[in-house]
Amino acid sequence: MTVAVHKPHPHDSAPLHVSGKARYTDDIPAPAGTLHLAFGLSPAARGRIRRLDLAPVRAAEGVVAVLGADDLPRPVDLSPAHAGDEPLLATGTVHYLGQPLFLVVATSHLAARRAARLAGIDIAGEKPVLTIDDAIAAGTDLEPPLEWRKGDAEAAIAAAPHRVRGRIEVGGQEHFYLEGHAALALPLEDGGMEIHASTQHPTEIQHKVAEALGLPMSWVRVSVRRMGGGFGGKESQGSALAVACAIAAWKTGRPCRMRYDRDDDMIITGKRHEIRIDYEAGFDADGRLLGVRFAHFLRCGWSTDLSLPVADRAMLHADNAYHLPHVTIRSRRLRTNTQSNTAFRGFGGPQGMMGIERVIQHVAATLGKDPLEVRRVNLYRPMAAVAAGEAAQTTPYGQPVEDSIIDALVDRLAREARYAERRAAIARWNAGSPVIKRGIALTPVKFGISFTLTHLNQAGALVHLYQDGSIRINHGGTEMGQGLNMKVAQVAAEAFSVPVEAVRITTTDTARVPNTSATAASSGSDLNGMAVKAACETIRARLTRFLAERHQCPEEVVRFSEGRVHVGTNVLTLAEAARAAHEARISLSSTGFYATPKIHWDRTRGQGRPFFYFAYGAAVSEVAIDPLTGETRILRVDVLHDVGRSLNPAIDIGQIEGGFVQGAGWLTMEELAWDERGRLLTHAPSTYKIPVASDRPRIFNVALWDGENREPTIYRSKAVGEPPFMLAISVHQAIAEAVAAAAGVPFVALDAPATPERIALAVRNARAGENAP
Amino acid sequence: MVEISMTVNGKPVTAQVEPRTLLVTFLREHLGLTGTHVGCDTSQCGACNVHVNGMLAKSCTMLAVEADGAEIVTIEGMAAPDGTLGVIQQAFQDHHGLQCGFCTPGMVMSAAALLRENPDPSEEEIRAFLEGNLCRCTGYHNIVKAVRAAAEAMG
Repeated sequence: MTVAVHKPHPHDSAPLHVSGKARYTDDIPAPAGTLHLAFGLSPAARGRIRRLDLAPVRAAEGVVAVLGADDLPRPVDLSPAHAGDEPLLATGTVHYLGQPLFLVVATSHLAARRAARLAGIDIAGEKPVLTIDDAIAAGTDLEPPLEWRKGDAEAAIAAAPHRVRGRIEVGGQEHFYLEGHAALALPLEDGGMEIHASTQHPTEIQHKVAEALGLPMSWVRVSVRRMGGGFGGKESQGSALAVACAIAAWKTGRPCRMRYDRDDDMIITGKRHEIRIDYEAGFDADGRLLGVRFAHFLRCGWSTDLSLPVADRAMLHADNAYHLPHVTIRSRRLRTNTQSNTAFRGFGGPQGMMGIERVIQHVAATLGKDPLEVRRVNLYRPMAAVAAGEAAQTTPYGQPVEDSIIDALVDRLAREARYAERRAAIARWNAGSPVIKRGIALTPVKFGISFTLTHLNQAGALVHLYQDGSIRINHGGTEMGQGLNMKVAQVAAEAFSVPVEAVRITTTDTARVPNTSATAASSGSDLNGMAVKAACETIRARLTRFLAERHQCPEEVVRFSEGRVHVGTNVLTLAEAARAAHEARISLSSTGFYATPKIHWDRTRGQGRPFFYFAYGAAVSEVAIDPLTGETRILRVDVLHDVGRSLNPAIDIGQIEGGFVQGAGWLTMEELAWDERGRLLTHAPSTYKIPVASDRPRIFNVALWDGENREPTIYRSKAVGEPPFMLAISVHQAIAEAVAAAAGVPFVALDAPATPERIALAVRNARAGENAP
Repeated sequence: MVEISMTVNGKPVTAQVEPRTLLVTFLREHLGLTGTHVGCDTSQCGACNVHVNGMLAKSCTMLAVEADGAEIVTIEGMAAPDGTLGVIQQAFQDHHGLQCGFCTPGMVMSAAALLRENPDPSEEEIRAFLEGNLCRCTGYHNIVKAVRAAAEAMG
């Protein structure tokens, strides 16, 4: 029996959230005299700065200082990849419309923003590289194309009895964290700097601020209590604000704060990568994939940022849950004069999966089969069969899939959601419905868990047990709403066998836990939970040794259970044990550390074991479309998802529901648009539509798979942040089925997002026989 | 500068403001009531929702001077003076109707306005009413559940 883990505790900040007491970065009361910052932005997407007249900005009311690139103490490169291509302020040339050119420091947020509009800017414009086609034509690759091969895909396709080829285009996505980016810098008496920032990566902010000021990292302290959402958008994109605040604070000696207005946030910061996937597949009469070729083209935006690992992860998920005996995956990462595309929940994985799911749909239509049948014949060999001695099948990158439960999970979901029966009923319903058409689809998810940059898979923690028995935990992860702090507190409470209320959760702080990785890649509770557990176990071992000695008994009889410390027949409270240990001069504080085992990876060869394990899930979605208007409704969704032995089922189900709806938004309604000059036209919720309450599925059943992680993760749980996002691919597939039904054709090559416009056009074009390849 | 007076969460307030000051800026920066959030700056996300004379209002779309003489209730005024959470607040906590929490104050203010005009809303009515409140984390499922549960608890 556990006392704290595997239980549905509400979010630790819930009482603060509902009463308005939870402080976000911009809510922190600032000292008197705090200054406010705003960036002046480039009005052109590409060109050379001929003249930048900042005199009118300096003369504006409330302006204290204005800094251009030449006014910085030293050149600042914000690139998280250390690529040297992301200056804080543009130097000489501009690379996207919205790029920060100069920094205004003023007495109020409004004064800074008003002044930022007053500069005289003259840019010798050049034709911007905006689209994937533009970038291919211009050859703006960030690095040479990457190609991974397994077997001989070309020969297998050529020899296959059936073949398909085609293309899918999938748009990007704005994060739309409800809290925009914000930072606050407080200059310290000794020249050091204290930063509060809305960031998933405090260590990176610390590193960039230290670099910008020429200070050792130890002189910069970064704190994050919480974010109002992150989703990957606060992994690298927050550096600009924090570094700007630090430089302004260093220059003026006054506290400086900055928050992006929503329009600025959307115009300045990067988004999910748009992708084009060309595919060719050879298969047999059952739909078994014999050979597959993919060519990925990613729109990366103006700087390197995290695009290389994002594009790698798209390749790493080109197989999704399917065994591909012969496969070639080629990837081009294209620089464009648009916002710097960056991390976003799934980190390329969702884009990669869209390719293979399209292939399956195309294969099924070609053979006149239910796509689920084709999915089933291609799923990876089950864990049970591997355990019974059959060889594990390998991914395109050579990792054996030893933990697949996807076949059983799909079977159970199909049964419980009555997939076959409903599919038949929908076909009948469609035959009798003159206009509205329905579609249904079941898609699986297999998502690799670990950072692909192996050294990031580490975490630290610092745990204090006080002499009154209360516990304070510090770890390197950041709270962005995902419930990480509660999960980690549950782990600490379990270690000492006390109620979770006895554990105090603290602000993430680089002064307490150093050298942290970003809270990203779904790894937060896996890594930080283990680090906190290690720290707790060290303290518990010291208490155990001390109590055994004092009571003259073997260590084995010291037990922590049911909120008490048992020493043979003696029963102590944790407070009594802690006080006695303190008086005996035993340290009650410890660090903890965790490094994920087993993983190794060679990205240029595309070989290794990049992932510690896989998380699985599947969803059945049923939709209805109106081909005349292109409108869609999600009628029903059934999800079965694998989180191992859930640390907190309430939080996990919340992640699944939220991830699914966010994924459905990406694939159905969230459309980014730029004009021919490179101006982002969708720069506010007025023009960029994310799902609202009425968009969520009418019926939404979410269940957790009953199992445990075969790897020794934290209480045998699995990561949950990203994998459910990709369950929404079932919505896109169901829409494509409905579109095909409306057009009276077996297959329609539907791109994403499937907006009303795209759906109506797809139906019209398919009816006119203008189907894609 | 203009002098304005209003009642905020039951307390009388008088202040000098620039005429262009938004109500949300007045609440957050002059009164330190930072539970009212700025999410989109353009009156669409609902994170800045407050009650003005009992009516739901997006405080980023209203000037402070327009609230002169009004009774304002913000999220900070929704709990009892001793800190006991209101029924709606408690329901959001119990039903996990929040993740990052940034939209939560606005959601609670919207839910309170809905339940005042319709004490027993259907799930469809809740969804329709909350269309002016964006949430990026939860997928709304638990938010709708929380509002429904609050309606039942207030029954």
